[in-house]
Amino acid sequence: MSLKAFHIVFLVMSILLAFFSGIWLLRQYASSRHAQDLAAAVVFLLAGGAMICYGKSVLRKLKHISYL
Amino acid sequence: MEIPYSVKPRPDTGLYNAKVGIWLFLASEVMLFGALFCSYILLRVNAPDGMWPHHWLNIWLGMTNTIVLIFSSVTVVLSWASLKMGQFKRYKLYQGVTILCALTFLCIKSYEYHDKFIHYEVILTDGRIADGHIEKGQTTADTVALLGWWPKDEAALMDPPMGHPVEKIEIPRKQIKTMENYGPWHNTYTAIYFVLTGLHALHVLAGAIVIFAIWGPLAKVWEQDPERYINRVEVSGLFWHFVDLVWIFLFPVLYLL
Repeated sequence: MSLKAFHIVFLVMSILLAFFSGIWLLRQYASSRHAQDLAAAVVFLLAGGAMICYGKSVLRKLKHISYL
Repeated sequence: MEIPYSVKPRPDTGLYNAKVGIWLFLASEVMLFGALFCSYILLRVNAPDGMWPHHWLNIWLGMTNTIVLIFSSVTVVLSWASLKMGQFKRYKLYQGVTILCALTFLCIKSYEYHDKFIHYEVILTDGRIADGHIEKGQTTADTVALLGWWPKDEAALMDPPMGHPVEKIEIPRKQIKTMENYGPWHNTYTAIYFVLTGLHALHVLAGAIVIFAIWGPLAKVWEQDPERYINRVEVSGLFWHFVDLVWIFLFPVLYLL
C-alpha cells in the first residue's frame, strides 16, 4: 500500500472522527447548554466537510500515482 | 554487491524492500497500541460505577492537536507528491511545515502534562476534599495555596460540573491528610492516559526526528539518487500517517467518551 492509499484510509478515518465528535458534542450541548460545546461541534463538523472537499481534490491531483 | 530491490520495486510484489519493512514494523506497532487500547477498555469496563473520570481533559487543546496532526498528514503527502513531480523546493516547504506541526503538537502535549502535574487533590483531616492548581508563589512551609474548588465527594471529583466556581483556597499543612498531583500515579485513569499519550508522543518525536533528518542532513541524496530519496520520504510518511491514525483513535477515547 502506497502513501497515497494510506492517506485516503487516514482521511476516511479523520472524516468519521470529525462527524462523530461533532455529533457527540452537539448531544453534549443539548444537555449542558454550554456555548463552548456548540462551538467545538461546529468546528468539527466544518472540519469534516472541509476534509471531504480536500479528499476529492487530492484524489484528482494524485490520480497518476499508484495505490500499491 | 548491491542489495536487490532497495530502490526499484520487486516485479512480483510491486514493493521495494523498505516498504515491506515499514509495513512489517507498523504491524508490530498495531499490536503494541492494540494491546494498550484493550487494557484501556478492560480498565474502564471494570471501574466501579461513577468512578471513571469525565471532563478531566481540555477538549479544545485535544481538538487543536487533532487538527494539527491531520494537517501535518496533508503536508506529508503534498511533499511526497511534490518530489514525484520533481519540485524539490516545494517539498522542502511542505515538509518544513510538517516538522513545525510536530513541534506544535509536542508543545501542546507538554502544556497538558504540566497542567496535570500542578493540579492537586488535597484530602483534609476533617474529610473535606480540595481540588485545584497549586499556586507555587503563595505556597509556604505552613500553607498550601490552590486555585480550585471544594467537591462534595469523590464522585463529584470524577465528573466535575462544567463552569463550577473557582476560588483561592489556603490550607494549613497541619490540616492535610493526603495531597497528590494528577500524575500517572494518581489513579487508573491518569495511569492509562499518561501511558497511551506518552507512548504516542514518543512516536511523534521519533517521526519528527526522522522527517527532519531526511529533510535536512540527508537532503543531498536527492541529487545523487532521487528515486531512493523519494522512497525514504514515502516510508517516513507511512510511519507519520500511522502515528496520526493512532491519535485519531486516542482523541475520542480519552477526551470525549
